[in-house]
This record gives sequence, structure tokens and C-alpha cells, in this order.
Amino acid sequence: MGDLRLMKGNEVLAEAAIRCGCDGYFGYPITPQSEVMEMLMFREPWNETGMKVLQAESEVAAINMLYGAAATGKKVLTSSSSPGISLMAEGISYIAGAELPCLVINVQRGGPGLGTIQPSQADYSQAVKGGGHGDYKMIVLAPSSVQEMNDFVDLAFELAFKYRNPAMILTDGAIGQMMEKVELSDYKKRWTDEEVIEKWGSWATTGKPSSRERNVITSLELDSEKMEANNQRFQKKYRQMEAEEQRYETFQIEDAEYVLVAFGTSARVCQKSVEIAREKGLKVGLLRPISLFPFPKNIIGELAPKVKGFLSVEMNAGQMVEDIKLAVHEAGCTRRVEFFGRMGGIIPTPGEVVDALEQNFLKE
Amino acid sequence: MNEELIIAGFGGQGVLSMGKILAYSGIMEDKEVTWFPSYGPEMRGGTANVTVIVSDERISSPILHEFDTAIILNQQSLDKFEKAVKPGGTLLYDPNGIVNPPTRKDINIYKVEGTKTAVEMGNPKVFNMIVFGSYLKVKPILKIDNVEKGLEKSLPERYHKLIPLNLEAIKKGQEIVDAVNVV
Repeated sequence: MGDLRLMKGNEVLAEAAIRCGCDGYFGYPITPQSEVMEMLMFREPWNETGMKVLQAESEVAAINMLYGAAATGKKVLTSSSSPGISLMAEGISYIAGAELPCLVINVQRGGPGLGTIQPSQADYSQAVKGGGHGDYKMIVLAPSSVQEMNDFVDLAFELAFKYRNPAMILTDGAIGQMMEKVELSDYKKRWTDEEVIEKWGSWATTGKPSSRERNVITSLELDSEKMEANNQRFQKKYRQMEAEEQRYETFQIEDAEYVLVAFGTSARVCQKSVEIAREKGLKVGLLRPISLFPFPKNIIGELAPKVKGFLSVEMNAGQMVEDIKLAVHEAGCTRRVEFFGRMGGIIPTPGEVVDALEQNFLKE
Repeated sequence: MNEELIIAGFGGQGVLSMGKILAYSGIMEDKEVTWFPSYGPEMRGGTANVTVIVSDERISSPILHEFDTAIILNQQSLDKFEKAVKPGGTLLYDPNGIVNPPTRKDINIYKVEGTKTAVEMGNPKVFNMIVFGSYLKVKPILKIDNVEKGLEKSLPERYHKLIPLNLEAIKKGQEIVDAVNVV
């Protein structure tokens, strides 16, 4: 049993990073996630666990510090919000190309551009389809509670090291700013270089012993044949993620005729929508993708033949809905997949979602 | 038990901290809680509000558009949230600065002379705890022992000497509730 607290999602991210044995944080403040670095600075983990915390001069600097530190096999993270993540996109692509583990947290706000500072999910496509240039993928996890903000930091690092790939926690201003009861994880020791090598292999630049060739960390490969081979290796890794790491949660799905699909904050809203719909006698359930990449398409394929339709509920103009349609199509089904969303920092109300469901499926 | 509450007023009135103390008190009573504040430009405009949910069950949406109870501390918030109280729900307000008092007939309305009482107690800062006391009188969802524990948890240790004063304010608040409309 860990430590029970009432904390903001952003503060929990910081606390979880310290407790999971993180080596370093590099970041630049932006609303609505500034509490991550504020909390780290307040906690002074450099005195406690030796974790370094540094406010960089910009997001571009922060992501490149992350790149450098990750190359040495350190467990490092950064956090930002939508416009800041766009600035980091080039660096994330380099880190993916160099096959390095790290954690990037996006506490989303409404866009495009500087947009608003209210909660949004408009960076879904940026997170799961790439964002930066080149054929790369990140492992993307979407917490829907303050507890999961704690749990997913450690999980994201485990997956990042397992696949030598950047992982992202994709959350938003609502979960970042909200306080809930949270059971904090127990402290884990930071890994030594030897432990990293033992657990994950000797790819990091930890100093060259005479027993092996030097390790070179780079995303550059001017020989196209070799670069294609690199790409093939990346793709194989992404297919393995799809085979092994699909994560989701279901709610009242057993007898559901209609399935709401929503992640993060909108999944919380939809849980209430399911309650309202059930009171009206409608057989509605909720599927909550937890991993956005890999997208939990297997469960959608399983559900598709059993249900009358899916409603994707997102705080954007309709991004995840495309992946649901693909999953239904891949399952060889022709179920209707509809979309309801609010944009620009507006959170849909549970009642609006039920109205949208009735409008789409029940009023012919 | 599932209490969905909004507290709304000016920044500096202790809106967010009242919500935090309520949430902590809920945890002490082994309830599920969420605390969701307005943040950013809304607050810089002078108004602050926080949605608090205290429940026996796992809480679904932390963001609400109608409430069991509204605690209203200024006119702007009254204008915005009177209509958001569920029929049969409860509205508490401090009449200080209120030009147009609440008019709904389908909800319970209570007036709390919080500002005035705080001045009489010689400490305007305990204003929010007076109002909180009135709330606990009208909606006794938590035991006062757990509220005391909630205060201990949410206040930094250097302020623990102020806990007796806060408890006194809560007690005072319980005494001064004035029922305006009861359904």
C-alpha cells in the first residue's frame, strides 16, 4: 500500500517521476502543465534521489537535452502542452530514429496555434500518427484519472526501454489541473549503468569497454539501403507493439447495442453518459482506449459484429474516429461509426453525448 | 451518497481552499473525491470556481454542468450558476455585494451572512470557513471530526495553530444559516 494523497494530475506526474527512479527532467513552462516542473523544483529530488531537474531556455533545447541524456541510457522525461510539443516534434523524430527510450508528456490545450489553455484532445493525430517527420511511432498512453497519471509514468518508461522507443503520456488540462485521491507508488532506486545494460542491453553510450565495438547513437544514415533496413527494423518493432501492447478498459459493454469510444477526459464524461443512457433504457457501453498507439483495434474488431454502432466522442474535430473506422473495416464489418466532439477547449457534457447518440442512431 | 457541488466567487475569497478542505475531509471519511478548478484567464478575470464531487462510488465525470449544491459568493457567480442548480437542489449565498438575490422557487435557498460574521469575529480570513460551516449544517454529508482531519491534511503545518479558529468559524457558520426558501 502506497501513500494516499489528494493531488493535482500535474503534481502527480512529477512525484511519480521521482518515485520511479527517473534520472532527469528537462522542460520549459507552459499552461496548463507548469505544475509538473514547479513540483519538481519544490521537491528538490537532486537532494533525495539524485534526479536532475533543469529548466531549459526553450522546448527545442529541452527535447535535445532529453535526446542526449537518453543516449546515455538514462531514464529521462520532459513535459509540455500542445504548442510546446509541436516545437519538440523534430527532436522526437530524431529520438525515434536513433531508437532511444524517453518519456514525453503532453498536457493538451486547445489549438491550433497558440489557441486556448483549456483542455483539448486535438493532438491525437499528432501523437499517434507521428507529429515529426519520417515513418516513426511513439507508444502513446492516455490516462483518465489522477491515479493513472501516477501509474502510467512507470509503465511508459518500462515500454520505452523494452522497445527502445519514445513513449508519450497524452493527457489534457482537465486531468492535469484536477485533484483526486491518489495512491502514490513506492520508491524505486535509479538504475546504474550496469543495471541498464543487464536489463536492456548494452546499446547506450556509457563508455567503451575493450570487449565491444563503440556504440554510435544517431538517426543519420546516408546509405539508403541501410536506411531502408533501419526503417524495416522500426516497422517490425511497431508491429510487435501492436501485437503485444494494446490496452483498453470497458464499461457496461456486455449487453451494449451502442458503444461509445472515448479516451482520457472524454472517457470520464462518457461514463456518466452511459449512466444517463442506461437510465433511459438504452443499451449503451463504453470502450476506453488506454494505449492510443498501439490502438486497441482487436477489441473493436471483436465488438463490431455484436453491436449496432460506435460513437467516437473526442475533444477535437474527429481524429480517433478514423482509427475506429479502420479497425471495423479490418474486422470485415460494416457497422456505423459516428462522431461527436467539441473543440477549442470545450468539454462535452454527458447529456450532449447522449443526445448525439440518439440523434445519430435512434432518430431515423 | 453522491454530492455534486460548485463553489464560486472572487479570487481571494478562499473558494479553491474551501473546496480543497471539503475534498480532504471526504478522503478522511473514505469517500471518492474530485476537485476541478477553473484556471487561467477565467481566474485572472477576477472570478474563481471549483467543482467538488464527494461520493461513495467511483466518480465518472469530474466536469459537471448541473449541481446538487451551489455555494455562491458574488453576483457574477449567482448570475451564472443559479440556473445550474438541479431542481430540488440547494443554493447557499452570502448577501454581501448581491444586488439581485436568487429567485428560484424550485430549490432550497439559504442566506449566510459570512462576510459580516467574519468581521464580527475580527478575522475576515475565516470567511470561507464560516460559509463552509453553513454548508455542513444544511448538507451534513461529513462528520465534523473528519473535517478537522481534512483541515490538518490540507493546511501546511505552520498554519496548524489556526485550526481551532477555523473550527470556531465552522461552528459559527452552522449557527447563522438563514433559510430563504425551502422546497
